[in-house]
Amino acid sequence: MNTSALNPTTTFIKVWEIPGGIHPPENKTQSTQLPLGSLPIPPQLIIPLNQHIGAPAKPVVRVGDKVLAGQLIAQADGIFSANIHASSSGVIIKIDNFILPHPSGMSGECIWIDTDGKHEFIPAEICEDYLSEDRLILIEKIRAAGVAGLGGAGFPTSVKLTTKSIQKIDTLIINGAECEPYITADDMLMQSRADDVIAGAYLLSHILHHPQRIIIGVEDNKPKAVAALEAALKKIAKPEQDNLIEIAVIPTKYPSGGAKQLIQMLTGREIPHGHHSADVGAICVNVGTTVAAWRAVRFGEALISRVTTVVGESLSVQRNIDVLIGTPIDYVLQQHGFDESKASRVIIGGSLMGFTLHDLRAPVIKTTNCILAPSKKEAPIPPPAQACIRCGLCSEACPASLLPQQLFWYAQAQDVERLQAHNIFDCIECGACSYVCPSKIPLVQYYRAAKGTIRQQTADKEKADRSRQRFEFRQSRIDKEEAEKEAKRVARKKAADEAKQKLAEQKSAAAKEENKVTEDLSPVLAVPQVEAVVSAVAKANASQLSYEDQKARLERILGAAKNSLESARAPLVPKNPEFPITEEQLVRQQSRIKQTELNVVEAEKKLADFLGTASQPVEDPVATAIARAQAKLSQSSEEKLRANIEAMQARLLKAQQKTEQAKAENSPSAKALQMGVEKMQEKIAEAQAELNSISSEPNS
Amino acid sequence: MALLNITSPHTHGPLNTSQIMRLVIYAMFPGIFALAYFFGVGVFFNLLIAGLSSLAFEAAVLKLRKRPIGFYLRDYSALVTAFLLALSLPPYCPWWLIVVGSFCAIVLAKQLYGGMGLNPFNPAMVAYVILLVSFPIPMTQWATPATIDSTHVVSISEAFNKIFFGQHIDGYASATILDVMKQNSSLSIEEIYKKEPLLTHGYLASAGWEWVNVAFLLGGLFLLYKKIFTWHAPISMLIALAIMAVIFYDNGSSHSGGSPIYHLLSGATMLGAFFIVTDPVTSAVSKKGRIIYGAAIGVLIYVIRVWGKGYPDGVAFAVLFLNFAAPFIDYYTTPRTYGHKKARVVIAKDKETK
Amino acid sequence: MLELIFQNPIASALVALVGLSLLFGAILGFAAIRYKVEGNPIVDQIDTILPQTQCGQCGYPGCKPYAQAIVDGDAINKCPPGGQSTINALADLLDIEAPQLDFEHGVELEVKTVAFIREAECIGCTKCIQACPVDAILGAAKQMHTVIVDECTGCDLCVDPCPVDCIDMIPVQTTLKTWAWELPHITPLHLIASDKDQRGQAA
Repeated sequence: MNTSALNPTTTFIKVWEIPGGIHPPENKTQSTQLPLGSLPIPPQLIIPLNQHIGAPAKPVVRVGDKVLAGQLIAQADGIFSANIHASSSGVIIKIDNFILPHPSGMSGECIWIDTDGKHEFIPAEICEDYLSEDRLILIEKIRAAGVAGLGGAGFPTSVKLTTKSIQKIDTLIINGAECEPYITADDMLMQSRADDVIAGAYLLSHILHHPQRIIIGVEDNKPKAVAALEAALKKIAKPEQDNLIEIAVIPTKYPSGGAKQLIQMLTGREIPHGHHSADVGAICVNVGTTVAAWRAVRFGEALISRVTTVVGESLSVQRNIDVLIGTPIDYVLQQHGFDESKASRVIIGGSLMGFTLHDLRAPVIKTTNCILAPSKKEAPIPPPAQACIRCGLCSEACPASLLPQQLFWYAQAQDVERLQAHNIFDCIECGACSYVCPSKIPLVQYYRAAKGTIRQQTADKEKADRSRQRFEFRQSRIDKEEAEKEAKRVARKKAADEAKQKLAEQKSAAAKEENKVTEDLSPVLAVPQVEAVVSAVAKANASQLSYEDQKARLERILGAAKNSLESARAPLVPKNPEFPITEEQLVRQQSRIKQTELNVVEAEKKLADFLGTASQPVEDPVATAIARAQAKLSQSSEEKLRANIEAMQARLLKAQQKTEQAKAENSPSAKALQMGVEKMQEKIAEAQAELNSISSEPNS
Repeated sequence: MALLNITSPHTHGPLNTSQIMRLVIYAMFPGIFALAYFFGVGVFFNLLIAGLSSLAFEAAVLKLRKRPIGFYLRDYSALVTAFLLALSLPPYCPWWLIVVGSFCAIVLAKQLYGGMGLNPFNPAMVAYVILLVSFPIPMTQWATPATIDSTHVVSISEAFNKIFFGQHIDGYASATILDVMKQNSSLSIEEIYKKEPLLTHGYLASAGWEWVNVAFLLGGLFLLYKKIFTWHAPISMLIALAIMAVIFYDNGSSHSGGSPIYHLLSGATMLGAFFIVTDPVTSAVSKKGRIIYGAAIGVLIYVIRVWGKGYPDGVAFAVLFLNFAAPFIDYYTTPRTYGHKKARVVIAKDKETK
Repeated sequence: MLELIFQNPIASALVALVGLSLLFGAILGFAAIRYKVEGNPIVDQIDTILPQTQCGQCGYPGCKPYAQAIVDGDAINKCPPGGQSTINALADLLDIEAPQLDFEHGVELEVKTVAFIREAECIGCTKCIQACPVDAILGAAKQMHTVIVDECTGCDLCVDPCPVDCIDMIPVQTTLKTWAWELPHITPLHLIASDKDQRGQAA
């Protein structure tokens, strides 16, 4: 069985034990009977802009554009994003939201291409000798081709290869373990494109400054793949600086294909919590990604297709296909004789980590490694969960040495603190615990839900903290403004007091002279009056104090306004005789004239007013000012309230209309609107009550 | 085709809870037959009464709690509890004793705590202890093993009358070897082995009992082979018990507690080791935790058997004692998570003293 | 005298009790000071639990003032945005019975909302900017205003002041980034139903 036993490259590799793990039925033979196939180009391709971890790419084409296969149609938006290319030649017909192959069944932005069936390629840049190129250029080529982790995570490969200076990479691991049941895409890829795998491994090794070890990890249930790799290894010349690739045949055990698990099996190293594999000197790249990276560099090929396993008992043909990214899944299924009546569900991915598809029209994306359409017998609907009997089988199966049943209890109780204390975020959601659970408890779903809750809570907490900060900042700002206003007010009051004192002095002096004492101000001021009165007094005092001055000032203002009117009316003389006066200048002049005219009128009016009031013998301007201020105060609150109520009623009417409309449309905001209306009504009632109380009081 | 949103994984392992419970029941058969061989048909009456009354109590409580009855009865957990209780009670004990025991096990110790999987104490052991404390006389009257007194085999009708109408059966009851050893204060181990009929008729431990224990051991090994539980708790319990016996063997003087083989093959040792200690609901969870849990039970069994004043066997007490301690053991034996240095994370809630 | 006290059982008991209480009081008092747990002031702890919407529905101008009010003895059930979970957390912290939400102050909304300004209708009056407790509205006089969605707490304080009613409270949408699995629906009811189904089939 193990053909590699004799080969020296595989003999000396120590494989470390990993904790946990399970041995589910492999179900890998169904799809490996036929050679790697391909499909006719589908009439329409739907290419999502977010096929990777990170931000969605930004479209660079418009509806109606004609595109060729391999042409860039959406550009990476930021570092953690990936370019998207047209998978075939055709015309862009739509850029819109469409269902994504995602467990939520939600939609995302996609680009529709009506294919022309010619599959014309855009001219590609070929690189004969990558060794002579700069490493950054090589990484850029991989980035430009939109290569993202094809194993399932969709992590942009260029980011993975750009290691930090402190990270010394001594081991490059090419992940061909493919431990999940049903999936044979990597197996088939290694069998049919072993040369590319080996060449790609050397390329990545070159980019990573020639790590001491290059290991291709393959589970021992893929002897054909191992044989093909070994043959390719002999055939392809090793670059001088590189070390020889080792092919490690590891025992079959799920989840050995997880990056963390494979690194642990092949190097014995654990990636500390919160770190990346590069921090322990290892980089793990999927075989499919390796081939894509190689083809991107060597042939300038963008990632427009991938090897995907199409398997399950509800299909008449089960095999691996090289499928264009964006091919609708129902098209793929239809090409393989999908019998809907037999199928229990359609799963993207393997039977242990895959998710069920909500809508079969969703397209194939870069991370779609398997389309599993099992029959009802193959994947029956799980029975209702029984009680947890704490048997501990889950703890034994957990590859991360977690306590799944404890996590289950805490997830049920939503005990966020304990979930985190028991390291829920180290769960890789491999499903081993659920697989072994004799009570068939959907443990993984509990963990996923708990993780979601924790993430949400953390986000909410952060937002609350930010809100608190912003609120406190605003509060302090308002306080500061208040304080400034208060300071100004105090200053004004002081000035007024001084002026008042001066006036009193003057008056007393005048009284001494004329032996006539005018009314003392102090009783008026002694009454605890509103500030307005005080300022009115000050103003009145000031006005009385400088009657002549005021008159002179107003006359001055009028004179100045007349002057400026004069000058404004003066004909325009161009500064530079070469340039005639423009329309714009004329308009500006007109407006200036108007403005100054207004100023003059206003100044005249003010002067007349002043003279008019001043011509009347004013016995005590202070007293009248006080009276006026008091009248205004007592009246204004009532009037204000009235005006307020009117305004609010108008708004209420509008709000009610809006609510009706929202209700009629069954909009989710209806409830909120309704509440707004109620609140408004309350407010109006309140204001009304206040108004009543004010008007009922006898005006003093 | 309905597209179901079912979370992964989409395949499940072959074992299910009902199957586990059924296998545990099958594994009791060798022990049951051994008991029947040496002590007569009484054990079948025990099983029958306990099984029926337990199922009835379980159904009644589920009905009261408005839970689906069929769904929970099909998990066989009530039957396992009933059988474990039946095997711990003396054959030919009065029927009401068994019914009271079933009530204690199913209603008090299991359902009142929330049912399957939520009971902190082993229900069968809780019931056993309640009966032992409340009705000491019927609980300590064991039949004489057939190998000693083969002249009198209890017939079915005799058994029926004894169990349901309390009719006396001549010379069937005797003390067990654990009682004999406990009473002994003057004879050395060698002298007892020569004098005591229970021992003179036996090979290694006590006549009859040694084979009952061997039979339970066989059943346990079958479950171990089927991977129903891990070896950690039962084996550490047996080893701890044996080590205690070696340490305090005292050269077989009159103060000696008895030889390791005597302890391993007496009383409820093997039943306890493979059917009680391995109860997952009430034991510690991690491997390390289960080793500690088992070993502590082993030590306690010896302590209670040899130095305890009132009770000849200590399996039930030891198990209940460690049931108390299981969460505590779990807390200190949390395995180290991948990528973490420390095994345990102390959280603020635990540190706070309210 | 001493002898008399020791002879008299009541007196001697009293002396013993008083002596013991003094002794233990001293020990406990010392321990309380020596091993004092330095915690956050209770106001801050309460403030952390409150949802920080700063909506003022409780009758106080913000969450912090309400936290202070709770410390001063106000009821803990006046916070509709926080809802029952906040009330429970507060009750837990203060070690009191958790009351029901006081509906006088509003009802708990099932969906979270954020303010949205229909920008075409905005006249740039800055009234909403002044009303926003967390400065989440951008704009200037006679310029169009807009809401910073990430900072909006959904307090709806900006809705009332708007003279042209161009502010709507719209529910927060779930995105691919915020989507998460729900807990499995294994309720006892579900179990009962499934059990019935199975029995029905068997029969």
